Amino acid sequence: MKYKMESIDLNVYFDEAHILKDVNLKIHEKTVTSLIGPSGCGKSTFIRTLNRMNDLIDTFKMSGTVKLDDEDIYDSKVDVVEVRKRIGMVFQKPNPFPKSIFENVAYGLKTHGMSNKELLKERVEESLKAAALWDEVKDKLDMSAMGLSGGQQQRLCIARTIAVNPEVILMDEPCSALDPISTTKIEDLIHKLKNEFTIIIVTHNMQQATRVSKHTAFFLHGEIVESGLTDKLFLEPEDKRTEDYITGRFG
Amino acid sequence: MQRKWEEFFIEKSLFIAAISSIIIIFLILAFIWGEGLPAIDAVGFFNFIFGTEWSPSHDLYGVLPMIVGSLYITGLSLLFAVPLSLCCAIFLAEIAPSNMRKILKPTIQALAGIPSVIYGFFGLIVLVPVIREQFGGSGFSILTASLILTVMILPTITSIAEDAIRSIPHEYKEASFGLGATQWQTIKNVLIPAAIPGIITAIILGLGRAIGETMAVIMVAGNVAKIPNSIFDPARALTANIALEMGYAQGLHYNALFATGIVLFFLIVILLVVTNYIHYKKGVTIGGGYL
Repeated sequence: MKYKMESIDLNVYFDEAHILKDVNLKIHEKTVTSLIGPSGCGKSTFIRTLNRMNDLIDTFKMSGTVKLDDEDIYDSKVDVVEVRKRIGMVFQKPNPFPKSIFENVAYGLKTHGMSNKELLKERVEESLKAAALWDEVKDKLDMSAMGLSGGQQQRLCIARTIAVNPEVILMDEPCSALDPISTTKIEDLIHKLKNEFTIIIVTHNMQQATRVSKHTAFFLHGEIVESGLTDKLFLEPEDKRTEDYITGRFG
Repeated sequence: MQRKWEEFFIEKSLFIAAISSIIIIFLILAFIWGEGLPAIDAVGFFNFIFGTEWSPSHDLYGVLPMIVGSLYITGLSLLFAVPLSLCCAIFLAEIAPSNMRKILKPTIQALAGIPSVIYGFFGLIVLVPVIREQFGGSGFSILTASLILTVMILPTITSIAEDAIRSIPHEYKEASFGLGATQWQTIKNVLIPAAIPGIITAIILGLGRAIGETMAVIMVAGNVAKIPNSIFDPARALTANIALEMGYAQGLHYNALFATGIVLFFLIVILLVVTNYIHYKKGVTIGGGYL
């Protein structure tokens, strides 16, 4: 099995605060990896380090290596725009642009230079279908995305992400703002997408981790306590802290 | 019981304070209206608005040259100031490192605090000779006044437009960067379209300041009450017309100056209505969607 991404001795600081401590994690290609752990354990920071989203924060400092296909994405020769094109991201709060549904999905494509109208239409339709949203919005592509429900908005954000055809999709608690039915739809979608994309998902919900992911990493106080196959981690955790967390004794 | 009275008292006094400022504005309007209407009556509405001769000594009161002058000066200064201020605003909001912003922002805001007579004086001493040498004529011209006004309205437009851009939710920016957009693509395609309503508000306020400015314009515009042929000609603004002649005007002349005020008032109302309409149109349709 090939590793798509890998973090080696990753340390992250915001100002003086040491957020991630020597994080080593390998991400398998075309599978789903869950990152679990209590609030403030650094799992969101970790996922945002993987597509250099933390670069937007002035106080961000890091050491160590993050590799995508054996290439260090923090290397000074690497184009950060190229990295983010290859590693898409879905955020905690659905954040469609205040534009039409069509424009939302077409945004990334246009950004990367696609201007052929037919081609754009085709790609938008494909992406919306892949995100299981097409049937609900095909008659109102010109409507503002702000008029969609939260669950639809989140699927639109997923459609927008897969439209640019990334290799990795990062999901930062994509269901935390959604109702159970929308959550189920997103989880079904993740199952469908894992055949084509490498997916890393941050979740608070341990059932969700067991439902969607093959691998799981447990974060605590900025460190990875345990990582491995999801089934094993939940059924026979090696570390006492993992056991305490998954049995609900803290967190 | 006492608390109830206290609430009642505070509520009512706030109401009185709020309403009194509105009443004062209406009183001023009524006064200008009362003093100005007799002149429009005597001269005739069309003769007053479209008359091209302003010559109180011959009892000729045509205000068209001043309307044209005001529009010219305001329009040209907006033409200069809007692109410049937007560049400033974008730079401050998105590109400038935070410590540079901490210096630049107050500096730009300080420009708004300089008295207009200082701007006028600067224009008179520095700008007028430069324009005279470069473009001929007296140097007192629409162009000179517009350049001075550009600097005067720059801080207004910049700081409000900057606030508008900064108030765009961080999530939009992240979404755009997350899709592999560059910083400039994000600014151009997401931040500015989303900030358009605020940017238009900024331009309206700049416009209001430019059209109402009196002192700096009087000092550099030349104030000739004739319809200008080019931006190098001197011109007289509506505000300047009132300020220059109010000191000695009597009778019909006196009323005609108030009537100039009415014209100015309506000009501003028309511009506000137009810009508000654009505001409304832009506010509801961003990039083909409905907000």
